[in-house]
Amino acid sequence: MKQTPSQTVGPYFAYGLTPQQYNYDFPSHVDGNMVDPLTTPNTITIIGQVLDGEGKPIDDAMIEVWQNDGEKALFGRYGTGTDPNNRFIFNTIKPKSVNGQAPYVTFVVFMRGQLIHSFTRMYFSDETSLNKTDETLNSIPEHRRNTLIAKQNGNQYQFDIHMQGDLETVFFDI
Amino acid sequence: MGDVFLNKADMDVHPPRLHTDYKSTILRAPTKPLLLLKPSLSEYTGPVFGDMNIGEFDHDLTINGRKNGEPIGERMVVHGKVTDQNGKPIPHTLIEVWQANAAGRYVHKVDQHDAPLDPNFLGAGRCLTDAEGNYKFYTVKPGAYPWGNHYNAWRPNHIHFSLFGGGITSRLVTQMYFPGDPLLKHDPIYLGVPPKGRDLLVGHFDLGLTEPSFALGYRFDIVLRGHSATPFENL
Ligand SMILES: [Fe+2]
Repeated sequence: MKQTPSQTVGPYFAYGLTPQQYNYDFPSHVDGNMVDPLTTPNTITIIGQVLDGEGKPIDDAMIEVWQNDGEKALFGRYGTGTDPNNRFIFNTIKPKSVNGQAPYVTFVVFMRGQLIHSFTRMYFSDETSLNKTDETLNSIPEHRRNTLIAKQNGNQYQFDIHMQGDLETVFFDI
Repeated sequence: MGDVFLNKADMDVHPPRLHTDYKSTILRAPTKPLLLLKPSLSEYTGPVFGDMNIGEFDHDLTINGRKNGEPIGERMVVHGKVTDQNGKPIPHTLIEVWQANAAGRYVHKVDQHDAPLDPNFLGAGRCLTDAEGNYKFYTVKPGAYPWGNHYNAWRPNHIHFSLFGGGITSRLVTQMYFPGDPLLKHDPIYLGVPPKGRDLLVGHFDLGLTEPSFALGYRFDIVLRGHSATPFENL
């Protein structure tokens, strides 16, 4: 059987997929708090923008984050339409290394103007030695590798997603 | 891990990333070739919502947005089965839907279309498939609406669908269209799908599913990419 084809999430997903974040009267079943930051030691915050081919922040993207290191499986979803700077904000914990790979989280990027979503990975700038030996990172041309590495600042990680341009994020065919 | 497999995305039915007739792809579609990824645990698994609390009326959009009466519009019920590519049903998987009201207006604050909001219609719902992969939604038929892609551009009637299927690679966001809609052949989003995939996006009218004196019945079956045979049930 053929797969059902993908279609864009469009500009009006918020009251269906991220309703509470956007103040609609419908409960959200998932949001940017993949863990409860008030009760979870070692909570980290992942923050970033999604930028279009002119470098403008996109205000109607929906980002999903999934991580599974065999001990903890966590999922989050956030729309870029509520933050004044159109950022996504996730509270989570850093996944552990699996089979000696550098730790990473999987990003799924949806927006108006994408007929099919895009997959990428976010790695951590403070995992220098694991990043250096990681098979996936090493398979990426050196000048593009940094597009996947979030910059650490305390317990915050900055991870911007560039859809196009010199800094175009590496997207994966999985 | 047990038997791990991932089917590839059927790119002969999925739309391309860049489809210039749909103008907002031009600044938003990745321009560089996708890099082939050797998947790891995170890509072999995905969120599972099998024991999620679904509200009593989450699957009934004719009820879940009521304030002081019933929503206006042609009542309809959508039935379907969610399977993988081998026809194996996907039980207890989350489906989320959202749509315009009967006048073609979304509740979304950004929607400025000059058509009336319906105080009794939100247009959002969700459900889990049953043990055989079947689902059912009640709603009113969404109206067509204009958009800014080109002169006199109108979206055909459609319902947005979001599915998980147990693996992050089986994730699907799509739209269900209606049979015989004259706008389909003018819609660059629908036409972004290669010809052999287009019929898969059109629901079928079904008199057998139609509820007498109540609601028109449509069938919309959904086929997801195969994913890991051993999903993690951590969510
Ligand atoms: Fe729509």
